[in-house]
Amino acid sequence: MSSRPWQILLLALAVSATSVFAQKKYDPGATDTEIKIGQTMPYSGPASAYGTIGRVETAYFQKVNDEGGVNGRKLKLLSLDDGYSPPKTVEMTRKLVEQDEVLFIFQPLGTAANSAIHKYLNAKKVPHLFVASGATKWADPKNFPWTMGWNPSYQTEGRIYAKDILARHPNGKIAVLYQNDDYGKDLLKGLKDGLGDKAKMIVMEASYEVSDPTVDSQIVSLKGSGADIFVNIATPKFAALAIRKVYDIGWKPVHYLNNVSLSVGSVLTPAGLEKSVGLITTGYLKDATDVAWTNDPAMKDFIAFMKKYYPEGNVSDSSNVYGYSAAQALVQVLKQCGDNLTRENVMRQAANLKNFQLPLARPGVAVNTSPADFNVFKSMQLQRFDGKQWVGFGDAVH
Amino acid sequence: MKARSIAIAILLVAACVLPFVVSNFRVFQFTMVLVYAIVLLGLNMLTGYNGQISLGHGAFYAIGAYTAAILMDRFGAPYWLTVPVSALVCLVAGFLFGLPALRLEKVYLALATFALGVALPQILKSKGLEHWTGGVQGIVITKPDAPFGIPLSADQWLYFFTLAVTVAMFVLAVNLLRGRIGLAMVAIRDHPLAASAMGIDIAMYKSLTFGVSAMYTGVGGALGAIAVQFVAPDSFTAFLSIAFLVGIVVGGLATIEGALFGALFIQFVPNVADQVSKAAPWAIYGIVLIAFMYLMPGGVSGVIRQAWRRKNV
Repeated sequence: MSSRPWQILLLALAVSATSVFAQKKYDPGATDTEIKIGQTMPYSGPASAYGTIGRVETAYFQKVNDEGGVNGRKLKLLSLDDGYSPPKTVEMTRKLVEQDEVLFIFQPLGTAANSAIHKYLNAKKVPHLFVASGATKWADPKNFPWTMGWNPSYQTEGRIYAKDILARHPNGKIAVLYQNDDYGKDLLKGLKDGLGDKAKMIVMEASYEVSDPTVDSQIVSLKGSGADIFVNIATPKFAALAIRKVYDIGWKPVHYLNNVSLSVGSVLTPAGLEKSVGLITTGYLKDATDVAWTNDPAMKDFIAFMKKYYPEGNVSDSSNVYGYSAAQALVQVLKQCGDNLTRENVMRQAANLKNFQLPLARPGVAVNTSPADFNVFKSMQLQRFDGKQWVGFGDAVH
Repeated sequence: MKARSIAIAILLVAACVLPFVVSNFRVFQFTMVLVYAIVLLGLNMLTGYNGQISLGHGAFYAIGAYTAAILMDRFGAPYWLTVPVSALVCLVAGFLFGLPALRLEKVYLALATFALGVALPQILKSKGLEHWTGGVQGIVITKPDAPFGIPLSADQWLYFFTLAVTVAMFVLAVNLLRGRIGLAMVAIRDHPLAASAMGIDIAMYKSLTFGVSAMYTGVGGALGAIAVQFVAPDSFTAFLSIAFLVGIVVGGLATIEGALFGALFIQFVPNVADQVSKAAPWAIYGIVLIAFMYLMPGGVSGVIRQAWRRKNV
């Protein structure tokens, strides 16, 4: 009988030894057969058009599971409706973390919604991965080591315009129109940071409020400044008004239009396609409506995937390309994790993406992250409007 | 009367045991139920007892929430102090809004309050207030821990704090509604002309009811902000005001206990709807709502009261 404690001790040793040899390490949400992932999405409410991102991601994980999963584990995405209301995001995120015990949170959507759970997830040390929002604050590894954004930040975009201006129009004079809120100021800051000690090239800045009826007077005074480069940091309605006014008063600057307003249907057509010729903007993902990608094998794969796994989804909706790409990046992170599925390792691998080329990212736009740099996209490709569609030119700009 | 006391005692004991038998996340959900119950009680005074429809109580909820958040974030005020301050701010705001608005009757008043509910989120984003409200980004606040080393989690402590406030607010409401003031409110609802012939100052009572109702909503808003730890304009859309109205009708108009049933409905039915269908959660919500109205025209309280009466006959 006296040997009993020894047997137990040996057994305990044996058990712990096997787990060391197999090197399988799990945090809540991961097992030998499954990885549980949490998400909140606006399936209802004012932003429900974005709900398709959650649906296309669910469909993509189904495809991965049908092909055997990631390292033999099936992906289970618990995607809950938050109606675009931050209190609901908090409630649902707490449910996912505390009750459903997911390994991490993936692509919750909306700046306010993510602000509401930012502190909570970092305090709980639960990865808050690939946040679906363009705010710059999601890339702050020093203060928020558990949060990583997805969209190229507005500051990144501003810096890219600065780089192109310095390379091609080093002696130009710049006029800027911007929306007077966090987004407009963020983009303007990127532009100034990118110009560095050449920031004096900006001869005039004019802002507008979303409640303004037009931006006509701003455009007229910007023209009066004598600038020959115009950076248009405006949301779709105001961008269209600005494009038209610039053309109508006979101002012919090099015209940079920010990425949020690149839609041909809702911005350039109302402004006038002939008035939009020569506009320059940035892009990081391919667009299914762009004829340049008609014969692209990656685009063909995407269309085949949509047909099989998400037939009710709209192929030409850029949100579907967005969700499909984010899901692929996540699968890459989980592949790199191997059998070490701890929350810490998920974060470490997300911060260790090296030159990862997404199939639907534009040529040269690779994903690169490091422990000190949580910006997923740092490069974008410039594109010019030819009167019918956007045509990419040059290499990706960092 | 005796049976009612027993029922209340059982309910209180259950409410005290609850946070020890469920997870912290559920405790948080039930804290929100208590928060909504306070709000619904306030709205029910206005709509159920006094007959004035408000489609803008989300605005008072937002004012209460922002008062608490700004006090904690900018002035480092302790969380418990924000509740009476929010109550006072909303009492004054409600009374002042009530003075001119009460010249409007029925649906016209509903529209005026609706305007308030729609406008407030945008006002919160405006440039003049941005320094205080944090604009679209909102304000993040820290959840208080239990004081004096009481061995409770932050969620459990906040639940008990909210429960204490809820009980106090309910006791206050019972005293208010069962007394002269309550009778006057009901009299104004049922027959304003007769009420004024009895010497009731209708305008004053209506404005005061509006103020007290806004005060309850503000207290709920402050507690809700502390529980959620975040306020932003997007949290207080016009839909919130409508959800409150749904809550009092489902719970039972002009009943005190109806606030609890309505709060449970607001908190849990949307979650159930989301589980049933991702494609159309609000369609499911709508079907549940229609079923409720069809089967329980007097709200949940109506059904319970009816059953009670039948048993005693």
